[in-house]
Amino acid sequence: MRGKLKQSRFEKHHIEDFIGRSYMSLCVLLLVVIIISMVYFVASKGVSTFISGDVTVSDFLFGTKWSPEAEPASYGAFPFIAGSFLVTLLAALIASPLSICAALFMTEIVPGWGKKLLQPVIELLSGIPSVVYGFIGLSVIVPFLRNTFPGQGIGVAAGALVLSVMILPTITSVAADALSSLPQNLKESSFALGATRWQTISRVIIPTTLPAIMTGIVLGMARAFGEALAVQMVIGNAPFVPRSLFESASTLTSVITLGMGNTTMGSAHNNSLWSMALVLMLMTFVFIFLVRLLERRNKI
Amino acid sequence: MQFRKSWIMTLALTSVVALAACGNNATTNNGGNNAAATNAPTEASSGADLSGSVLASGSTALQPLVEQVAEKFMETNTGVDIQVQGGGSGTGLTQVAEKQVDIGNSDVFAEEKLKDADAEKAAALVDHQVAVVGIATVTHPDAGVDGLTKQQLVDIFTGKVTNWKEVGGADQKIQIINRPGSSGTRATYESFALGMKTEDLQGSIQEDSSGTVKKMIGETPGAIGYLGLSYLDDSVKAISYEGVEPSVDNVISGKYPVWAYEHMYTNGEPTEAVKAFLDYFLTDEVQTGDVVELGYIPASKMQVSRDLEGNVTTK
Repeated sequence: MRGKLKQSRFEKHHIEDFIGRSYMSLCVLLLVVIIISMVYFVASKGVSTFISGDVTVSDFLFGTKWSPEAEPASYGAFPFIAGSFLVTLLAALIASPLSICAALFMTEIVPGWGKKLLQPVIELLSGIPSVVYGFIGLSVIVPFLRNTFPGQGIGVAAGALVLSVMILPTITSVAADALSSLPQNLKESSFALGATRWQTISRVIIPTTLPAIMTGIVLGMARAFGEALAVQMVIGNAPFVPRSLFESASTLTSVITLGMGNTTMGSAHNNSLWSMALVLMLMTFVFIFLVRLLERRNKI
Repeated sequence: MQFRKSWIMTLALTSVVALAACGNNATTNNGGNNAAATNAPTEASSGADLSGSVLASGSTALQPLVEQVAEKFMETNTGVDIQVQGGGSGTGLTQVAEKQVDIGNSDVFAEEKLKDADAEKAAALVDHQVAVVGIATVTHPDAGVDGLTKQQLVDIFTGKVTNWKEVGGADQKIQIINRPGSSGTRATYESFALGMKTEDLQGSIQEDSSGTVKKMIGETPGAIGYLGLSYLDDSVKAISYEGVEPSVDNVISGKYPVWAYEHMYTNGEPTEAVKAFLDYFLTDEVQTGDVVELGYIPASKMQVSRDLEGNVTTK
């Protein structure tokens, strides 16, 4: 057997092996090149705002006045950064309990028909295009909020509600995967000690799977942070830090989509939009870093 | 079980999409055939020898018109391939200035977007004004106002007046539905209706598509905004400006001042195919046909003209 291996270097399965290996290396290389060039492109464009001296980094990150077309123009992006974080955190707060309950329902309470019914429904949610979410938000959630609360209905609350539905599938599927991969003997020993189902869930299952559930939440937040269209339709897009949850506000993504097409490449206004894209990208890196950190804890 | 279910769902969705696509194809084909039938006698002789590809990008407000005219043009000039993309006025101007596209569609004069360091880029561009859009001040139907003066509008859009009763309307808070600062429609409205640039107010709403603006104004009590004349319907109320009704006739005669040209820019002198297409755009057939049909005002009909500085002259 060993001798045969040595002489058969150019046999068919070795050539196949070689072709497969080179093809995959090529694909991976291409992927890396694409990612690096994208990061480079956004970074070089985003940094040019500060290099050209139109605006300083601290003015950009902490300035609250955004009037790029006025004379003199000011490029304070703080209202958008604040808006992005507000919407994302609120959406995660609304979606997390719902998703964790759905995941528990599918894996612990009724693993049979619960999973069969819920899984397709939740997967369907992730397949709906964001413009549909935005339109539903504009037609259903905004009028509802307008009639229930003071204000015009649009704003951070409406944006967070729309986003919470959009990130529901991400959190639920990651949490459900973690719950179903939990070793059976852990549960069995808990039951053997006389714990009720609720005690087992709250004291054993959730604490052990918490890092995985957190991973799901962070992934959901990353999606919420980057979502543009649906939020833009319901948030109102006024460049101010909102005074209430029901007042027109903006996110980084909504300002970029509103302004990118209407400004010319290379103008200060356009460059400042690229800087916001850079902020968005850096935030995504932070989210990914968080996920990796949580995954490492999850290994135990 | 899981697999079968998703398979059936995929199949169902695919068939729905396929059906929808068939429906679309059928209608566009019909439209195309009709167009060909009407064009054939006038254009067939000259069109056969033209060839080349034309790429246009820019203003989404102008896009449907350019697309429709391009389709008609290609029916008779089978050698010419015209692609029309959106992207916004800024994108169109950037791309035509850098020769990435042949035609850059814009809602505003190139000089207004390509300023300062880019000013010489704007100088190289050749303007073709193909249509005019009128912009009406629009309110929620219950605001209770039939018309506003320039000063009243300025007071509203700068936040001095916040309740409709201060300008003779209902006792209702005013909600501004604006466009983003970079929007061509907003630039037009600010220069010709308000006569000044305004800053965004806290609590104001900004939307960039006319459809969304109309929906928001129609649904939000006390809302005020502005819309192209072609978007007006019963869900919103168009009010008069300085006592002049916003109508196509009033724009043509120059009585109603809030309007703007739709521009198609070329970089330097256009190529043969591009020139033929732009010439076709200005024929009576297109100007009184497609342009009017899609809610624009024919540039050739205008009794007044306006230059970059906003000086209006009677033709």
